[in-house]
Formats: sequence, C-alpha cells, structure tokens
Amino acid sequence: MMDFLVATVLKIALVMGLVLLAVAYLTWLERKVIGDIQVRYGPSRVGRFGLLQPIADGIKLMFKEDIVPANADRLIFCLAPAISIIPALIVFAVIPFGPSFVITDVNVGLLYVFAVTSLGVYGIVLAGWASNSKYALLGGLRSSAQMVSYELSLGLSVVGVVMMAGSLSLVDIVEAQKGSWYGILPRWNVIPQFLGFVIFLVSSNAELNRAPFDLPEAETELVAGFHTEYSSMKFALFFMAEYANMIGASAMATTLFLGGWQGPLLPPVFWFVLKVFCFLFLFMWLRATVPRFRYDQLMGFGWKVLLPLALVNVMFTAAALLMFA
Amino acid sequence: MLIEYLPILLFIVAAVLFAGGSVLLSSLMGPRRPDRVKLEPYECGIAPVGLARERFSIKFYLVAMLFIIFDIEIIFLVPWAVIYRELGWFAFLEMGAFLLVLVLGLLYVWRKGGLEWDEPEHRAARRDHGAFPAARDLEGG
Repeated sequence: MMDFLVATVLKIALVMGLVLLAVAYLTWLERKVIGDIQVRYGPSRVGRFGLLQPIADGIKLMFKEDIVPANADRLIFCLAPAISIIPALIVFAVIPFGPSFVITDVNVGLLYVFAVTSLGVYGIVLAGWASNSKYALLGGLRSSAQMVSYELSLGLSVVGVVMMAGSLSLVDIVEAQKGSWYGILPRWNVIPQFLGFVIFLVSSNAELNRAPFDLPEAETELVAGFHTEYSSMKFALFFMAEYANMIGASAMATTLFLGGWQGPLLPPVFWFVLKVFCFLFLFMWLRATVPRFRYDQLMGFGWKVLLPLALVNVMFTAAALLMFA
Repeated sequence: MLIEYLPILLFIVAAVLFAGGSVLLSSLMGPRRPDRVKLEPYECGIAPVGLARERFSIKFYLVAMLFIIFDIEIIFLVPWAVIYRELGWFAFLEMGAFLLVLVLGLLYVWRKGGLEWDEPEHRAARRDHGAFPAARDLEGG
C-alpha cells in the first residue's frame, strides 16, 4: 500500500511537472510558429531563440499586482481561475502515455475525461459574471453557450470509438487499436472512424475557444472576454488552463483515434509525444491561418451541421459493425 | 475497485495545491496599491456606466435547455455503445427508435427557429444586401 502511494505521488508529480513545463513552452512555441507563418521573428530576445521567454513571463506575472475590481464578487472572482485550471490538469490522471505508464486506469476513463473537462465551463462563466464588467459578462456567456453546444458533437463523435472498443477505459481503447490491416495500414480508429475524427477535432477546437472559434475573446469587440478584469497569477491560471486543455485535447485525439502510444521501432512514449505534438501544431496552424467565425455562423454550424453529422456517424457505425464484424 | 480512484483524488489535491499556492504566492510578492480609478472595471477608458450584471439575451437560456436534452441523450448512448457488440440488432433497432424521437425533436426546434441566432430581419437583410448590411437596410427590414 505504501509503495503504491509513493509510486502514485511520484507519477503525479512527474506528469503534472511535465504538463506545466509543456504549457510554458507551448506559449513560446505558439508565438514562434505563428511568428514564422506571418514572416516575423517571434520571441528572440530573452535567451537563445527566446527560449527563456516563458520563464521571464512567469516571473513577471508572479510580481504583478493582483487587482480585484470594485463591485466584483470577491469569492467567485478568486475561485474561477482555480475552477478552470484544476479540471484541465486532472484529465491527465487517466491518459495512457505508454504501455505501462498511466497514473490510473479507471474503467470509465472516457466518461471521466468528459465529466471533468465540462467543468471548465463553470470557471469561464463564473469569471465572466463575477468580474462586474460588461465585456467579461458577454465573453463568459458567449463562451459557455459555445462550449455546451460543441460538447454535444464532441460527446457523440467518440461513441463510435467506444462501440469499436467495447470499453470506456482509455487503456482498453488503445489496446483495441493494436495490429494492422493487410500488414500495412495500422488499425487506428482514424480510418474506420474518419468522420468521427473530423467532428472530434473541430468540436474540440471549439471547446478550447481557439481560432477560428475564439469569439469569447474576440479582442476587437470584447477586449479579452471573460478574463478582461484578471491580472497577475489569476490571469496566468486562465492562460495555463487554456494551454493545458489544448494538450489534453491533443492527447485525447491521439488516444482515441491515432492508436495512442503505438508505433513501430521507437519507444512508445516518443510516439505518444510525437502524435500529440502534431495535433498541437495543427491547432497553432489553424489559429494563424483561419479568420474568425461570426457568432450566428458558429452556433448554426454546431447545431445544424456537426450535431446531425455526429448522429449519422453513430448510426452508421452501429450498422457497419453488425454487418461486417 | 475504488482504489483506482485514489490516484485521481491525489491528483485533484495536487492541482488544488498548485492553483492555490500560485495565487497565494503572487499575492504575497506583488505590490498592493489600489485606488478608485484602478479598481473600476475596464470600459475602453471612459467611466463605466451602471452595473455590468444587466439583462442578457434569452437565447443563451434556450441553448442551455437544448443542451441538457441532447446531453442526456449522449449519456444514454454511452452504456449502449459499451455493450453494443453483445446485443446486436436488437440494440440497433432500440437505439434507432430512441434517436429518431430526438432527431424529430431537433427538427421541430429547427423549424420553429430555435437554432437561429440572429434576428429574422437581419438574416433577410444579409440575404438581400450581402454579408455586411448597412444600418438603413436593417431598419427597412
């Protein structure tokens, strides 16, 4: 029992440390990548290639004044950043990083991930409401409406994967994608569940409030959306939550659709990180390339296109499984 | 069985400690010089008008209600999907009937205009005058 506890605590410390480090350097990478795409340098002054930039940013935010606006709901204002970051971090408790490296393999892993990530909405809507700022309120409302709308298609897009694996445990879902078709094509869910994969990617991009779905923080009209009034470390927590969610979504896409840690020759953890990185790069690329939606287009797309498509995908998968398996 | 959830609990504790600790640390290290103007909510540089917690569009409420209906549908789909291979055609037909009812509900909401976000006159104006209708086109309807 004692060994188990010590091993678990060490694993948690390792995973959380690595995720937070990845979050810090993801901000650097995003600025660098978008800078390159837009033919700018990006961060280049602090350290070689600007590599110390995230650390400088962190220290700066640490020493900033923590402002709580007048008439704000103090308790909720202080709780909201924590409500955002905690779900974003604890998702990693069930994600299998390698064949024997998962913090805990619960039999409802997928359900746990969805339950936890949907809590992030509370952080955003409470932040918007507690700030007593019009921009923050509008941003929070828009964000919550958008997140709940796209959560439907997100939830439906993985039902096909669950049917193929016959389990909700993420370890089982990765195991179910072992082997290959005809010796060349890997048995990854992305091939039979391609429509589900696309719906998952688009919806998770919307869930993350990232471009082209970044209306909640459309800076030209809402300043910064729900975190307009936040400063210092509380602002940093929202920022970290956004990037941790991005890593979480990429890790989920990898686990559910790209065979998780599986790959030839190289060590499993390397394959996992590589696949996650590909998704992260895709998210950055989208942000640098695609213009923002209009709000009615956004809601219409979620409810009238993605939701029916996801339902079709579920019934189609169900029929195909009975006919061919 | 429940021992599998202990690491999750520990992870939550670690995340809470991280969130609380970093906010506490920054409030200890940062300066504290509040004044009346600094504490005003940001409104593009002019003095804020009234409270921010005003009435907002009923449509957000409608979206929330629709979300609950369809989210519960997904919750019913998940256990069905897990044992789907064992149940076979029976499960297919049962879930088909269940989904049909909800799809009919979605179509009803759609026909009633519950999924339209902008006002009908704005939509018509955009149809007749392009993506960025001028104000006079909107008023004319």
